[in-house]
Formats: sequence, C-alpha cells, structure tokens
Amino acid sequence: MEEKSKQLVQLIADMQEEDAVQLARQMLDSGYDAVTLLGHCREAMELVGKRYEEGEYFLPELMLAGEMLTAIGDMAKPLIKQDPSKAKEGAKVIIGTVHGDLHDIGKNIVTFMLEINGFQVIDLGIDVPAAVFVDSIKTHQAKVVGLSGFLTLAFDSMKNTVETIKAAGLRDNLKIMIGGGQVDDAVRTYTGADAFGLNAMEAVSLCKKWIAA
Amino acid sequence: MSGTAQVTPAAELYAQREKRLLDAIELRQPDRLPTILFSHFWVARYAGMSFRDAMYDYEGLAAAMRKAVTELQPDGFHPVHPMIAIGPAMEILDYKQLEWPGHNGLSENVPFQYLDRQYMEVAEYDEYLLDPTGFVLHKYLPRVAGAFEPLAQLPSYPTTLHTRIVQSMEAYARPEVRGALEKLIKAGEEVQKMRGTLSRLNQQLKELGFPCMNHGTSHAPFDVASDYLRGSKGAMLDLFRNKDRLVAVMDRLVAMLPKTAIATAQATGGNMLFIPLHWGLDGFMSPKQFSTFYWPQFQKVLLALIEAGLYPHVLWEGDCTSRLDVIKDIPKGKCVYFFERTDMFKAKQALRDQVCIRGNVPASMLIAGTPDEVRAYCKKLFDVVGEGGGLILDASVGIPDEAKPENVQAMFEYAKQCVY
Repeated sequence: MEEKSKQLVQLIADMQEEDAVQLARQMLDSGYDAVTLLGHCREAMELVGKRYEEGEYFLPELMLAGEMLTAIGDMAKPLIKQDPSKAKEGAKVIIGTVHGDLHDIGKNIVTFMLEINGFQVIDLGIDVPAAVFVDSIKTHQAKVVGLSGFLTLAFDSMKNTVETIKAAGLRDNLKIMIGGGQVDDAVRTYTGADAFGLNAMEAVSLCKKWIAA
Repeated sequence: MSGTAQVTPAAELYAQREKRLLDAIELRQPDRLPTILFSHFWVARYAGMSFRDAMYDYEGLAAAMRKAVTELQPDGFHPVHPMIAIGPAMEILDYKQLEWPGHNGLSENVPFQYLDRQYMEVAEYDEYLLDPTGFVLHKYLPRVAGAFEPLAQLPSYPTTLHTRIVQSMEAYARPEVRGALEKLIKAGEEVQKMRGTLSRLNQQLKELGFPCMNHGTSHAPFDVASDYLRGSKGAMLDLFRNKDRLVAVMDRLVAMLPKTAIATAQATGGNMLFIPLHWGLDGFMSPKQFSTFYWPQFQKVLLALIEAGLYPHVLWEGDCTSRLDVIKDIPKGKCVYFFERTDMFKAKQALRDQVCIRGNVPASMLIAGTPDEVRAYCKKLFDVVGEGGGLILDASVGIPDEAKPENVQAMFEYAKQCVY
C-alpha cells in the first residue's frame, strides 16, 4: 500500500488526472483509510504548489489539481467517520473581490494556494461590499484580509473598504493585502493597504510573514 | 506662412498625424512621438456623463468624444461607440454575457463587465467542429441572449435543400420566431442609429484633422475558445482533457477569424485593427503551453491580416515579458504591440527592429499620481523605448475610467514636446 500511496502522490502532482482518480478509487474500494488518503492528496498539492512557485506549473495545472482534489475528496469524505469540526484548522485569512468588481480568477488562485499552504480561507466571493468584510473580520477574528480586483474601479473600492475597516475600529491588529489586474505599489499607497502582490505566491509569503509575527 | 496667424489647415494636420502614426508603425522615425486616444468610459466621465448614459445616449457620447479629442489633440483616436454605446440594443436582445451600468441593479457609474461562463459544453465540441454556424445559430445565440432563443427552431440548412428550403419557411411564421425576428429588427435599428451617429462623428473628427485608428477587431483563437466558448476554467482544463478537440476548434478559428476582420475593415475603408488578448500572458500559461496552444494559432491569424494589408494593434494584457522572444517572429513594421505591464525596456531591446510598441503609462499613475509623475514616466518611455521611433504613447490599457483629467492632459501635452 505504501507504494500505491506514493504512486498516488506522483500521479496527482504529475497531472495524470484519470490515473490518479482511478487509483484513489481502487485504494478506497480495497479499504484504504480515507483520512490517510486525503493526507496523500495534501502532500501532492504541496508538490503542485512548489512546482507553481518554481515556475514549472501555471494556472491550468492549479485548475486541474483543484479538480482532482475535488473528485477524490468527493469519494473519500463520505467514508470518514470522525467529526470534521475536530479537524485542525489553520490561521484564518479573509478574501474577496471588492465591491463593483465581478472577477474571481485571481482570487480563486490565491485561495487555492493559501489553502494548500495550511491557511483556512474565508472566501467572501465577488462584488463584496465593505460592510461584509467588516462583519467577517468581527466574526472570524482574522488577522489578514486580502482584497482582490481586476478593474481600475477596484482602486477606489479597495480604498473605501480599507477606510470602512478603519472606521469600524478593526484596522490596528489587521494586515491588508491587495492584488489583481493593474495593482501596484502606487495603488497600495492610494488604498492604504499594507502590501500588494503580483501573484499567488506573494500572497502566501505575506500571510506566512504576518501570521507568524 | 508670412504675417498672418499660423493656422495649419485641418487636412494638412490630418495628413501629418496619419504620417506620424504610420512612420512609427512602419519603424521610420517620425517627426515626434505620436499618441492615440483610446478609452472606454473616461471620455464620458471627462464630459460629466454617467456611464449608463454613455451606453444609451449616442449623441451625448459623440459630444463627449468630440470634446476629448479636440482638447487633447491626439494623433489618432479609437472610436468608443462600438464598445459602449450598445445599451439599447442589449436591452432589446436580453443580452446575457455582460453586466452593465444601470441594468440588473448595477450602479450607474461602473463599467460593463463580461461574465466568464461556459457557453459551450465539452459534449458540444464535435457539434461545433461539424458545423460551427449551425451550432452558433441553434445553441450559442439562444444562450447569450433571450431574443435568440426561438432561433433554435430554425432549420439546419446544409441538409434542408431544394423544395425543403421552401417548406422550411413554416418555422418563420411561428409566433415565437416571429416575435424574435421583430426584436432582432428593433435591435438592428438601434445599432444602425448608433452607427449613424458614429459615422457622422468620425467624419467631423476627420474634418477637424484627426485620423480614426480603429476599423475592426479580431482575437487570438485560444481567447475565443476560452472567453466565448468554454469559459476560462473549461479552456484551461481542456489543455489536459480535450486538447485535440481544442486544437481542432482553434484551427477552424484560424481560418475564420481573418475573413471576418478583413470584411469589417473593408466595409469601413480603414486598415487598423484592434486585437485585445486575454489568456496568453506570463503567469497564466507556461511557456510551453503558450508555444503550443496560443502563439502558433494567433501568429497565423496575424499573418493573414497583415497579408490583407491590415495593421493589427495587439493589446498584450498583463505582463508578457517572457513571451518577447517568441512573439517577435512577425513581419517587420506591419503591426503594433500594445503592452500593459510588460517590461517596456526589454520589449524595446527584443522588438526594436521588428515591431512598433504602444503604451504604457500605468493606470495607477493616471488615477492616483500627479502630472509631474506622468511627464517623468513619458520622458523615460520616449528616451528609451522611443529611441529612433517605433513608439506610440498610450496608457497601459487605454485611459482608465477613473484617470484624473490633469494627468491625461499631461500625457498628451508631453508627447507634443517629444520631438525627434
């Protein structure tokens, strides 16, 4: 079985979708522990993340890796008896595309990369009003918020979101990162965010730095 | 020019501006740095119009465009009406691929946004390959606009022949098809009205000395497959799951796209084409995927357009620095590469003998910066990228909707000082 588990990790990491899903199905059918199997999937995702960081993989591979994870997760999860609420949870990061902007690819990739790096991401979706970010920060007591936006209208929307968070008295112990489209350091200054990122790896690095601190 | 005021006649200004742009495009050194005014909603905002009104008020938008062009005095302009003055027609059609201002609860001052969805299922690849027109007529159009839904009832003409053609007329008399045709006529009348305004505006601007720099649009085959057919997620997954069929669809598009673009340009009598690219940038696809699924097909489209005497202005969205060595393989002085975040200085090194570069004052600078910062950036562009010609000054994806007027004015004014 150890050989098979190694093979599964390799197949997922090498983007062999059909073979990976088929092997996972075989392993589960022959009684392999579902929780352990999902652990192998996480291991494979770490490899995928590493290859993405190293410039070997790009968005299509992340997209396919996500599909494989969902397919295998759907087979494995019904077999898991333990209470899912007892599962260990990573540090929380709130993320959303700001009000007025309906784009979500960048946000989804950042969410994916944060999750495979052990963060618990609260994804608020697209076109998120500033007040929804405020409520979510209060509910989840998150230390980091990521604001995403593709259009240039997002600059003002991000600025307004940061100001609303500040007005709610939540800015002091919070780090805010922005990204997407034409966001750069001038936009970071303009919006009052703490940092900006050009890609998903930068979001992961920022969260690691901030949450470890 | 002795004694009296030195007013250059508009026709002469027109010729000078056109030459300045063509010199840059064909890699001859122009007299000074040329500019093109390209924006979506900025011209409306500059004239105090709401974004919604810009989409519905043809004459109001024409006045806004006239104001922007006459005040900024660019060397050429990219008409805005075809991109945005389509609100009334979209409403009649019950068009579903865009969200737009003042519609479906969206506020009056946000730009329209394309909805990235799967508009063709995997199972429909073969249907598309067998008969693209049939698929589009019977399935695609009914999905993208409510008014087209009854078109699904129309006959399949490649196999409806001879007297069956006559028999097939029955479909057109059905109440729902009749209703659809009435809507299509109404939408068509709106578009004709808009185009009438646009054609008068273009004529006025021509008489004032400003050349129109866009006469049609085309696309990269992968972007059509991704944006308009499979959705971005579907197309990315197809790179693994359905690559043969994806390539087959792109091969069909390679043959079809130039025909449409050439016909559109011929109808307007112009030769400048705009090609915005969406999915080929660094970070989205690997260099290998780009060289397999993006560039070879797109290069064929470009070559066909160039062969037909057209000048494609290719907007390489995002950062395409790693693609430069691949995309420089294109006939010399025949097209324009318009860059957003690509390293302009590396672009100059890679493309200096091959392609005119257009761009790229950053959106953040035009929105949040100062006129001094804009002038300093333009100076750097002119000194390095403009060296010897081959540069058209523009913002990074055209003027962003929220740009401060003084920053935009600084950009156009500064270009006039950049004399070779």
